[in-house]
Amino acid sequence: MTIRFTQDHEWIKLDGDVATVGITDYAQQALGDVVFVEVPEAGRELTKGKDAAVVESVKAASEVYAPVDGTVVEGNAAVADEPSLVNTDPEGAGWFFKMKIKDMAQFEALLDEAAYKSFIAGL
Amino acid sequence: MGDTSLLRTPLYDLHVELGAKMVPFAGYDMPVQYPLGVLKEHLHTREKAGLFDVSHMGQVRLRGADIDAVIKALEALVPGDIAALAPGRIRYTMFTNDQAGILDDLMVTRFDDHLYVVINAGCKVDDLAHLKAGLPAGVEIEYLGDDAGLLALQGPAAATVMARLLPEAATLGFMSARTATIQGIPVQISRSGYTGEDGYEISVGAADAEKLARLLLAEPEVEAIGLGARDSLRLEAGLCLYGHDIDTGTSPVEAVLTWTISKRRRTEGGFPGAAIVQAQLAEGPARKRVGIQPEGKAPAREHTEIQDLDGNRIGEITSGGFGPTAGGPVAMGYVTAASAAVGTRVQLIVRGKALPATVAALPFAPHRYFKG
Repeated sequence: MTIRFTQDHEWIKLDGDVATVGITDYAQQALGDVVFVEVPEAGRELTKGKDAAVVESVKAASEVYAPVDGTVVEGNAAVADEPSLVNTDPEGAGWFFKMKIKDMAQFEALLDEAAYKSFIAGL
Repeated sequence: MGDTSLLRTPLYDLHVELGAKMVPFAGYDMPVQYPLGVLKEHLHTREKAGLFDVSHMGQVRLRGADIDAVIKALEALVPGDIAALAPGRIRYTMFTNDQAGILDDLMVTRFDDHLYVVINAGCKVDDLAHLKAGLPAGVEIEYLGDDAGLLALQGPAAATVMARLLPEAATLGFMSARTATIQGIPVQISRSGYTGEDGYEISVGAADAEKLARLLLAEPEVEAIGLGARDSLRLEAGLCLYGHDIDTGTSPVEAVLTWTISKRRRTEGGFPGAAIVQAQLAEGPARKRVGIQPEGKAPAREHTEIQDLDGNRIGEITSGGFGPTAGGPVAMGYVTAASAAVGTRVQLIVRGKALPATVAALPFAPHRYFKG
């Protein structure tokens, strides 16, 4: 399983030809208590860098962007029902959606774990 | 760390020591939350007691040879009935302009020989200039300074906690104030607050503020609470935030703050914008501040458009978010008078989608003020 990251603090984990997307631990810490999550429906076409999901903390609303082009396979109903999963398990049960990637080159071009770690270390 | 262009309250070092996340607010470097987090800080305040640093707010004493003349002079700037205040009593009122817009909201305490006024941090400079221009030469304006201490202890356990340090605090009436000494520290203590809970606001000198804060934080019921939870607490309590729910574009009548204007002041007028306030009282305002209860889970934030069920714009949200005690989204905003009745069904335009909501009674969390 390969994992990549974006500078918008999303993680994208590849398993076969389906990728799971969520926000990083760094992102959930910056957001604070998450109180609302809206995830995309299966079948929705996503465009890299455009809105894919919504995450709101007590403080503010933020967009979650599509890390790559593709099609939504499943939105995580559990996290929409229990938004605090984003805080308690951001890189596990707190995932937002699964998608089929259109262009693997876009995935490969994202930050690997070491690059993301050095990116947040510089923030 | 820290932005050196920002002012610091006397509790700055304590906030940093407690691990607060500091943010710029009204020119001050202020704690928005502590490691507990906004949600738990909010709930802790409703369950036990929270300590807030509100030293950024402006504290002013108005003095003169004749207290009645000082009261009369202040009444020329506010619609509140200051003359009706007995010594040691507090009133909430607002500075109005000639268009009946609200320049700031404030708390006025009448003491035997002076008035003590608390104004918003973001309005301090303008308010002080307004006081200087609007009060006669015989009224002395003493600003307590950018570093004067003001702490708030709020929550159902506040009275128990305070009584351990100051037994007479237990019987201090709601919206009453007195001077006192807590372990050698001179303070002025008020039974008031901004959370809807019982509690106190304590004015203390800069040199003693941290010592007093540590005394209160040492009590087992007390946690430090940041500005994030202060905002969600006051929103659930239906209390206005200046610059959001009230400003120069809203009158006290539109803001449904008419309860702050006594019969005498309504009749006599004599404050800026009085004729407009009187006309709005007689005819009803064109729009009103109301509670808005979104039906779903999505919070509706400030500036969210409010529509009637036919899609006509009828107003906008002025404060909105997640209410931890309410367990879901809560909001307030202005709607046209025709849509202001509690129970009116409306829709909120959130990210381009119309979400169902209802005009709701305020507050969302019942007030639990001291009634003793």
